[in-house]
Amino acid sequence: MKNFVNKKIRNDILLVLVIISLALIAFLVFKLSAREGSEAVITVDGNTYATLPLSENATLTVTLENGGENTVTVKGGEVFVTSADCPDKICVSHRPIKNVGETIVCLPHKVVVTIEGEGSGSDVDIIS
Amino acid sequence: MRTDTKRLTLLGLSVALAMILSYVEFLLPPIISAVPGIKLGLPNVIILYVFFKSGEVDAALVSAVRLFLSALLFGSFLTFLYSFAGALFSFLVMLALKKSKLFSTVGVSIGGGVFHNLGQIIMAIIVLGTREIGYYMIILTFTGTLSGFLIGILAAIMIKRVKAR
Repeated sequence: MKNFVNKKIRNDILLVLVIISLALIAFLVFKLSAREGSEAVITVDGNTYATLPLSENATLTVTLENGGENTVTVKGGEVFVTSADCPDKICVSHRPIKNVGETIVCLPHKVVVTIEGEGSGSDVDIIS
Repeated sequence: MRTDTKRLTLLGLSVALAMILSYVEFLLPPIISAVPGIKLGLPNVIILYVFFKSGEVDAALVSAVRLFLSALLFGSFLTFLYSFAGALFSFLVMLALKKSKLFSTVGVSIGGGVFHNLGQIIMAIIVLGTREIGYYMIILTFTGTLSGFLIGILAAIMIKRVKAR
């Protein structure tokens, strides 16, 4: 019985190691394939709202149909959300993004800011 | 299905306990506010207990009723979708891990935790139509493992000490 229990704990540890190494591999793949993007695409509920070039500083307030607002700022090639009236403010506390594929998501407002590169478009499947 | 008063009572109690734990968790401050979806998942202690003591069908029932009630009381249709995807993924993986008989309660719980997050991320990709959210899964893998581990330990203690009937 004792042996049986130990075997299960060993399997548990193996399971954790497999899960963690899969995550690390995914992380490395993302990091190594990271390159600086050229524009920030803002979508609301899956529809493109605006596209901002990273080369010039700009501030844009995204206004939703229900009156919600997210203010997106481009500064020095980086994009971040400066203010929002969503309940959780997760998008505001998100660090600035600049590499292709990086995103800032505001779940309550369904607003997504994605960095895209030259000609890469959104067809690049980064998940698989 | 046989009408079994004892079983019915146990399931009702489990749902009530899970609901209370949902509320307790709702009162706690978020662990890392910058990343959504990181939660301890306290109600899962109850679901795991039922899963191992009373069976998979009962656990699925408790989980389903809890999801529905939580959505009605504290959530919206959107939060229901996320919870549903998480619960479904988590349940299927826990079922597979348990049936394999290779893992302990803690191992099953860790698998459930990580796949709960995976289910939610996939639902977020469908709802928001943005594949890039998949990035979050890397962080969620670690936190899911950690919360699965802690919840698994709690559930193992409870399974050992609390008699089902």
